Amino acid sequence: MSGQYKVTLLDSGESYSCGAESTVLKGMEQLGRKGIAVGCRGGGCGICKIEIVRGDYGCQRMSRAHISEEDEARGVVLACRTRPRSDLEVRVLGKLQRAVMRGLG
Amino acid sequence: MAMTGVLRPGHVQLRVLDLDEAVTHYRDYLGLLETHRDSQGRVYLKGWDEQDWFSVVLREADEAGMDHMAFKVLDEETLWRLQADLKKFGCQIERIAAGELDHCGERVRFTAPTGHLFELYAHKDHYGNGIATTNPAPWPEGLKGMQAVRFDHCLVYGEDLEGSVKLFTEVLGFQLTEQIVDGDLQLAAFLTCSTKAHDVAFIRQEGKGKLHHASFLLKTWENVLRAADIISMKDISIDIGPTRHGLTRGQTIYFFDPSGNRNEVFCDDSYVYPDSPVLTWTADRLGQAIFYHSRELNDRFMGVTTGA
Repeated sequence: MSGQYKVTLLDSGESYSCGAESTVLKGMEQLGRKGIAVGCRGGGCGICKIEIVRGDYGCQRMSRAHISEEDEARGVVLACRTRPRSDLEVRVLGKLQRAVMRGLG
Repeated sequence: MAMTGVLRPGHVQLRVLDLDEAVTHYRDYLGLLETHRDSQGRVYLKGWDEQDWFSVVLREADEAGMDHMAFKVLDEETLWRLQADLKKFGCQIERIAAGELDHCGERVRFTAPTGHLFELYAHKDHYGNGIATTNPAPWPEGLKGMQAVRFDHCLVYGEDLEGSVKLFTEVLGFQLTEQIVDGDLQLAAFLTCSTKAHDVAFIRQEGKGKLHHASFLLKTWENVLRAADIISMKDISIDIGPTRHGLTRGQTIYFFDPSGNRNEVFCDDSYVYPDSPVLTWTADRLGQAIFYHSRELNDRFMGVTTGA
């Protein structure tokens, strides 16, 4: 149960080690690594959306406001709800919006 | 004003992805009391010092966010008067039958221009705060977690800020307490129906119907620090704090429920009377307005919401 898997972020080429019991997002955060935007960490806000390009994984429930059934079927998931079952290659899709109030840059 | 119209935030109904996880969070960690489960499976909770049956309803759904926020009004006569005024303002009204939420009377539902569902109701069954009304103790024993006193307010995001501010101030009698402005453009409006720094707050942002946070009152700064300890002890998703807001002066910490809905617990914010001046923060001091100590905006705090 204590398997460690390598998560590679294809956008930057960076990788980090993630435990099987951890989520892809938490694994990144615990090592102080960056690359996937961190939002609510609960599957509700959609900020940490990624596409799993290669590898096996399991997901907990994610908000359908952000991940449709079609998304989920083709590997578009939220990093905060996804646990690795093998090494993973992922593409980062979500991001934090910088301009937050209209009228401010 | 003597409170004769809208009295207070009565409850918020939140959508959660996993009911059991959510109940553990709100009951055992925030310390709300579970008071009921209905035939739809919804769970009802309240802060210990609230007298009515519930102030939070958790509904399991396939997305997170706020179903609606409801305000209690003085009596039925007030409810029907406000319903007529809302219709005159141009709101679509939906009447929700008594008992749709157990222990709650008939509700008048309307959509605010920012896209949020709000409701008014005049009756909710009395539950009590666990303290005698004659020779009362200062607090009840056996409280859990952060020991949240009450559901206090919601802050919500939407595009048509003017519309919602107009509706709440002109139709429902709310008072503007504080605002953020960029020149002539209002970016945020904090509104009260009572003498609090806010009972509901709106921030201008593209989109409709988004929840920024649901907030719960604590008694002291020490309690806010203790909440921070609990957040780490229970591995709750932290957002930011403990810190102080410039807006409202509140001492605060933010975190997320297990479905990603943001919560605040806070203490010691400011208060108003009908003759109090509106407090204004300018956009060039936005950082200080929001986080008084760091004076830096935080992308996650500003940008992450749940809902539509």
